[in-house]
Amino acid sequence: MNGKPLLSVRGLTTEFTTPEGKIARALDDVSFDVMPGQTIGLVGESGSGKTTTLMSLMRLLPAGGRITAGRVMFNDINLLSLSEREMRDYRWKSMAIVFQGAMNALNPVIKVGDQIHEAIMLHNLMDEDAAEKRVKDLLEMVGIARTRRDQYPHQYSGGMRQRAMIAMALACAPDLLFADEPTTALDVMIQAQVLELLKEIQKALGLAIVLVTHDLGVVAEVCDSVVVMYGGKVAEYGTADHIYNEAQHPYTQKLLAAFPDVSQPGDTLASIPGTPPRLTNLPPGCRFEPRCHLKIAKCSQIVPPLLEVSPKHYVSCILREGVEADFR
Amino acid sequence: MTQAPMLEVRGLYKYFPVHQAFLDSLMRRPHSNVKAVDDVSFTLARGEVLAVVGESGCGKTTIARTLIGLEALTKGEIVFDGKSVNERSQQPHIGLKQLRKRAQMIFQDPYESLNPRSTIFEIVAEPLVVHGLIKDRQERITAVRTALEDAGLRPAEDYFMRYPHELSGGQRQRVVIASAMVLQPELLIADEPVSMLDVSIRAEILNLLRDLREKRGISIVFITHDLSTVAYFADRIAVMYLGRIVEIGPAREVLQSPQHPYTKALISVAPVPNPRLRRERVILQGETPNPINLPSGCRFHPRCPVAIDICKENDPQLKELTQSHQAACLLLSK
Amino acid sequence: MSENWKLFLRNLAGFWRTFRRNKLGLAGGFLVLVAALAAIFAPALTIYAPSEIIRDENNRALTFAPPSVHEPLGTDDAGHDIWAQLIFGARISLTVGFLAGFIAMFVGSALGIAAGYFGGKIDTLIMRVTDVLLVIPDLPLMLVLVATIRQMELKISPLAVLIVVIGLLYWTSTARLIRSQTLTIKERQFVARARAIGAGNWHIIRKHILPQLMPLIVANTVLILSTAILIESGLAFLGLGDPTKPSWGTMLNFAFDRSAISNGAWWFYLPPGIAILWVSLGCILLGNVLEEMLNPRLAAHHLEDEKGMIAITSTESGT
Repeated sequence: MNGKPLLSVRGLTTEFTTPEGKIARALDDVSFDVMPGQTIGLVGESGSGKTTTLMSLMRLLPAGGRITAGRVMFNDINLLSLSEREMRDYRWKSMAIVFQGAMNALNPVIKVGDQIHEAIMLHNLMDEDAAEKRVKDLLEMVGIARTRRDQYPHQYSGGMRQRAMIAMALACAPDLLFADEPTTALDVMIQAQVLELLKEIQKALGLAIVLVTHDLGVVAEVCDSVVVMYGGKVAEYGTADHIYNEAQHPYTQKLLAAFPDVSQPGDTLASIPGTPPRLTNLPPGCRFEPRCHLKIAKCSQIVPPLLEVSPKHYVSCILREGVEADFR
Repeated sequence: MTQAPMLEVRGLYKYFPVHQAFLDSLMRRPHSNVKAVDDVSFTLARGEVLAVVGESGCGKTTIARTLIGLEALTKGEIVFDGKSVNERSQQPHIGLKQLRKRAQMIFQDPYESLNPRSTIFEIVAEPLVVHGLIKDRQERITAVRTALEDAGLRPAEDYFMRYPHELSGGQRQRVVIASAMVLQPELLIADEPVSMLDVSIRAEILNLLRDLREKRGISIVFITHDLSTVAYFADRIAVMYLGRIVEIGPAREVLQSPQHPYTKALISVAPVPNPRLRRERVILQGETPNPINLPSGCRFHPRCPVAIDICKENDPQLKELTQSHQAACLLLSK
Repeated sequence: MSENWKLFLRNLAGFWRTFRRNKLGLAGGFLVLVAALAAIFAPALTIYAPSEIIRDENNRALTFAPPSVHEPLGTDDAGHDIWAQLIFGARISLTVGFLAGFIAMFVGSALGIAAGYFGGKIDTLIMRVTDVLLVIPDLPLMLVLVATIRQMELKISPLAVLIVVIGLLYWTSTARLIRSQTLTIKERQFVARARAIGAGNWHIIRKHILPQLMPLIVANTVLILSTAILIESGLAFLGLGDPTKPSWGTMLNFAFDRSAISNGAWWFYLPPGIAILWVSLGCILLGNVLEEMLNPRLAAHHLEDEKGMIAITSTESGT
């Protein structure tokens, strides 16, 4: 992770107002960097905030949601300070998103090729003919036969629809691709195909990818760095190696222990008792404290800051090796 | 060995007729079928956990539904504890309602398999109500309480009057298991019981099922697409592809020395949470073909990385490789 | 069980909280409530009886008298107090409308559930009957039926005839609605689970399908009631009501027949018209809001989405 980050997120905080008027703090002081040409994984379970993070970065929050603090620097410009009009310029041309459940994000009555074509033309990048050629090139790049350009989404299989979504996201040659659980609903073999495809595209185009998932296996497969999220905050952030082999945060450790490993059958699987915190009623101190197996009294009193434990490895926990650490 | 095995499936076929276009039926074209299950046989011993693994469309969920009687089989026989579900079989017959007293199903989606308008008490007591058992009110309350506590929900009374939406996914799945256990069945058919739960909760539910097996000797048919969960829990594994079992054997053996090319590929692409482990992944091209038009010969040959000419013509049967390990591949019979 | 009662009250309280927030629903409820109360407490609200002839100082019938202090809506062509007729007419209109509506709802729901749940030949049969009835225009068919039955002099009260005819011909839209919802519910996993446990059809319909349908049935009933009242008014206007027990429609019939319009006696024909509008509107507003609120919500999928987590809190505090 050398060089200048493509996207730099600092202190991102997002809140939602429930119909009853309560405030749910979905994200709290989230910070991480996305380096050009690298893949970063946002990992977490229900209520962790990983999808909200994507929506906040693309400024696609639903009504009732708003970003209340933070900076998102993209090429020296703070995206949060842009007007909606200016932001639209960035969407799809500089950063694009592949949604969860891509199968449902395609319009069933419009040909697939036409939908990709539309994405290109909307941004006035090239003329009709050039756009048409690009559509076919994109389909080929994601492994769909060029002749399928004129087919409808229902004529594509699940895996192919996902690839079509990726093709559409790449239509305007963005620098950054957000992928929200791109393989969750897919069979393991198709998942492998899609992940392989993402890796190839990344190499060919120098694309940076932010991958949101709950699957630690997927993250280990494709991600260079990892952000582990819990209850809307960053629990741990570092390279894949740091997270998998030197995890410091109790949640990360437990999560890894809960993930079955087909190469080590018969290991005892851990589980974490309790449930994720309710975002309208957060615990006063560390978010994970109620379920933590290593907690001490202080954990329920202060919110642990995100601190560097080794170069490029950050943890938000006041314990080191199970013992309270000295912040200095 | 005097006791019959818990379950014997013999030559099970389940075809779903495809709706014919009017013109085709006018011209009397032959009816096509979705061959969801195409000749499946296996045996389940008492107290055994058999995992049925495969991708979507392989027929594993159809088998589960057929076993519990939600689908009628097209051909073949299901023998539960020595008694056949078929009326016309040679063997003594067991009616569906009887079967459902002794065998229970656990469904995949803890958010959908519980009636949102029933209380937890009603849900767990329902099997008793349906079969007219334990009519005395106090005894019924005790039975429900025991079932909930055995499923890990304590104190049980706290849950009686709650509704499903007030519980978390893990708790709901425990309610499902409690309601399945209240009749003290001998066989559980679990259709992807943890696929929709957060990873950190899966272990709890798997551990619960493991305990039930240990304490009560229940037999379990465990349907899943997730090979890594199987490793944790199963005695034997059956790998399915396009309606057939392509490999079946002891769990450790199948995972550590798979014989069928499809099994090898599946194991190789199962995501492993260790970035340092670089293994050779066999990523099959294309997708599982349509079960309406099966490929000729070995149904796996179009995607098989090691297919040879005869694979296009001959349809392999399961061949015994060791005492309990079988695979259906022409390359192995050589 | 007292626990069930407590649960019911808890659900009711939650329901009320959500309902209270919807202004249109409250307005609709108010309209209907006023009409119902007026009908129930009719004798207390009028000075005159509806068939009492009001006389002036010269002991002549006070006909077509405009609204005044004692007769807030004036009198009709025979000297009857319009206000009294209106209030007592409410009883007739609402009773006939409600009873007919309930019959329609009941028949429609039963047939809809049967068609949707059992499918096959039962479904085809019920749907064909529904189709036939839907094709034939409602009002003319009812007209013909009511007139024919009355001709047969079976000594059945004309109101009863109205109720039965409307009820037995008006169930078709309900049946279709309930059938399609039943089809959806039938496919849900908790129904499959019930079958897997060994539950029979009756148990499943009673414990799993019907509770899911109740909200829709309730909401639909209110809407049906509004139309039933309109139909009753229409038929009564055409003279098929009971002249001895005038409903609002009958009042309109009298007004029309007895030249209220050419006499400029707007107090004769406007009030019943407005009353019909009042109750219909109330039922429609109420019904629409109920339908929105009570529509079976699909269970929120909490696996990834923290907005789903918010959904837990809002449903916990409410319904």
